[in-house]
Amino acid sequence: MTTTTTAARPAPAAAPKRPGRRRGGLGRVAGYTVLVVFALVYIYPFLIQLATSFKTEADSTAHPLALWPDPVTTAAFSRLAEADYPRWFLNSFVVAVVVTAGRVFFDSLAGYALARLRFRGRGALFAAVIAVMAVPGVVLLIPKFLVLNQFGMYDSYSGMIVPLLADAAGVFIMKQFFESVPVSVEEAARIDGAGPFRIFWSVVLPMARPALITLTILSFQGSWNELPHFIVSRQSPELNTLTTGVASLVSGQLGSGNQYPLKLAAALLMTVPVALVFFVFQRHFVRGGTEGAVKG
Amino acid sequence: MSAGVSAPAVAAPPSAPSQGRGRGPGSGIRGREGLAGWLFVAPVLLVLGLFLVVPIVMALWVSLSDWQGQGSPFGNGVGFVGGGNYSELLTTPGLAQTDFMTSLRNNAYYVVFVVPLQTVLALGLALVLNGKRLKGKGFFRTAYYFPSVTSSVAVSVVFLFVFSSSGVVNSLLAKIGVDGPSWFADPRGVVHLLLGGLGVDTDAPPAALTGRSVGGLTLWDWLAGPSVAMCAIIALVVWTTAGTFMLMFLAALQDIPVEVEEAAEIDGAGRWQRFRYVTLPMLRPTLFLVLTLGLIGTWQVFDQIYVMSQGAPGKTTLTPAYLSYQSSFNNNEWGQGSAIAFILFAIIVALTLVQRFVLRDKDDGRERAAVRRAAKAARSGAGPTTEVSR
Repeated sequence: MTTTTTAARPAPAAAPKRPGRRRGGLGRVAGYTVLVVFALVYIYPFLIQLATSFKTEADSTAHPLALWPDPVTTAAFSRLAEADYPRWFLNSFVVAVVVTAGRVFFDSLAGYALARLRFRGRGALFAAVIAVMAVPGVVLLIPKFLVLNQFGMYDSYSGMIVPLLADAAGVFIMKQFFESVPVSVEEAARIDGAGPFRIFWSVVLPMARPALITLTILSFQGSWNELPHFIVSRQSPELNTLTTGVASLVSGQLGSGNQYPLKLAAALLMTVPVALVFFVFQRHFVRGGTEGAVKG
Repeated sequence: MSAGVSAPAVAAPPSAPSQGRGRGPGSGIRGREGLAGWLFVAPVLLVLGLFLVVPIVMALWVSLSDWQGQGSPFGNGVGFVGGGNYSELLTTPGLAQTDFMTSLRNNAYYVVFVVPLQTVLALGLALVLNGKRLKGKGFFRTAYYFPSVTSSVAVSVVFLFVFSSSGVVNSLLAKIGVDGPSWFADPRGVVHLLLGGLGVDTDAPPAALTGRSVGGLTLWDWLAGPSVAMCAIIALVVWTTAGTFMLMFLAALQDIPVEVEEAAEIDGAGRWQRFRYVTLPMLRPTLFLVLTLGLIGTWQVFDQIYVMSQGAPGKTTLTPAYLSYQSSFNNNEWGQGSAIAFILFAIIVALTLVQRFVLRDKDDGRERAAVRRAAKAARSGAGPTTEVSR
C-alpha cells in the first residue's frame, strides 16, 4: 500500500492531464489493434486447419494459406472412417467417461471428508494430498509403467483407467468448496439422525453443483487430452486412444506422403468434443482454470 | 456405502463430547465420523498410493539396478549397481552423459525462452483486455484461451503443418521476400546463426570454445542456443499456454480496487508509472505463481517433443523427459531412464526453491527499505505522516 503514495510523489504536477485524455482515445485504438492482431494469430491456425482438412494433398502443399479448398474433398474424412479412427474415438470416449465419473465421485467423497468429518490423521492426509500435487507428472512416466507391469495391468483398459480414477487437484477443489457450505445445514440433518454418507449424498452433494460441474469438465478435458499415461500403459493398436492414435498418424502410419489433409482432419475431429464442452460451459472453465491455479 | 444409513438410531448424546476417539461405530457421532472419514478417503488414498507412491519407490530401486526390462525388477537376475546409473549420466564420459547433457542444454534454452515470453504475452494481453470501455472482451478472451483447452497432440499436428517447409509460416515469409528455413529439419542453433551473421566462422569455430568441454559437450556446443526446430516448438508452447496465464492475470487485475488506480491517476501518475508502481506490485503474487507454474511446466516438456520431433534433428530437441522415456522404452536402459526421471525431479524442486527464495528475499528487502525510508522521512518531518503507520 505504501507504494501507492511513493508513486504519487515524483509526479510532475498535473500538467499533461488534457493531452492524456486524448491519448486515451488513441490508446483505445492501439489496444484494439493489439487485440485484433493477436486474435488473428490465435484463430488463423484453426481456420487453416479446417480448410486444409477439406483440401486435396496437392492443394494443401501448393496453397497452404488459402482459406477455401479447391477442389473441396472429404477424402481425408472417409479415409479416417475406414481406418482405426472410430475405434480410437470410442476408446477415448469410454476412458474419459469412466475416469470423469470416478473422479467426480471419489474426489468429492474425499474432499468432503477432509473438509468436514473429524477423524484422526486428517491433517496428515491433507498434507499428503498437497505433496502429491507437487510431484511433476512426467517424472512418474517410467514408474507408472513399472507398477502396471508388476500388477499385470499393462496393456489393458484397467491399466489405462484405474490410475486416473482419482486426482489430488480435484480433491483439493472439492475440499475448498465444501468448506464454504454452512455447517448448519448438516447439523439439521444430523439431528434428524442421518449418517455421514446420507448427509453427504442427499444434503451436501446437491448443493455442490457448481463445483461438481467444474470438476466434471476439468476431468473430461484432462482425460480426453491425456497422452503420456496412454503411452506408458498400453501398446496394442486396439487400445489406442485419439491422442496416441493421432500421434502415430504423424509418423506416417497410414501410407506415404505428407498427408496433411488427413492429419489435420484427424486433429480437427478430436478437438470437436472438447470444443463443444468448452463453448457450452465456458464460465466453468474460466473458474476451474483460476481455481486450480490457486492451489499452487 | 450404507455406512450412514445402517445406524441412524445410535445418536447417543452422552458420548458426544468425546474428541473423535470413539472405539467403534456404536460409540457416538464422532466415532462413526472417524470410520466414515477413512472410508470416504479410502478410494483416493488407494489410487494415489498405488499409482503414485508405490511407483516412486519402485523406480528408485530400478534407478539403482541394472534391470533390462525382462521379467520383474525384483527378480533374481537383477543386480544392484548403486549410483552407477547416476554417475554414467553425470560424470562418466560416454554416450549416456553426452545425451543427457545435450538434453539439459536443450531444455534450459527452452525454459529461458518460453517462461519470459509466455509470461510477458499473458500479462500484456490481460492488461489490454482489462481496459475499461472495451467491447468484445468475451470474444477475445475466448480466442486466446481456446488453445489451452485443446489437446496438445491436436495443436502439435496443426503446428507441424504451419511450420512445414512449404507451410503457412514459410509462405508468409516468402511474401516479404524471406526464404524460410525447413524448420523441423534444421538443427542449427540460433546463437551459432547469430554469431555466423556477425562474421564468426561457424564451420571452424574458435578453438578456445571447441577445445574445452564440460560434461561431454564442448563450450561451443553449450552455447548453441535453441535449434531452429526447437524455436518452432517454443513458438507453439508460448502460443498455447499464454491463454491460461492470461486468465490468472485477468482475475488478479479485476481484484485491484478501482479506487487505487483512480487515486494514482488523480495524483497525476502517468500510464507507465501507474503500471510500474501500482499495478505491478499488486500483481506480484500472481506473477510469482505464473513464473513458478511456467518453470515447473517447461522442465516437463514431453508431449510436443513426442509428437513433433522425437528429439530430432541432431538431438537438438531432446529433453530430459523425452530422453527418460526413450532410454527406457526404446533402449531398455530402465535404470538410466529412472535415474533421469529422478534427476529431473530434483532439478524442478531445486529451481522452484531457488525462485521462491530469490523473489521473497527481494520482496522483503524492498519492504524493509520502504519502511526505513518512511521512518526517516517522518523523523525529519518531510514525508507524509500516514506512512509511519507501516
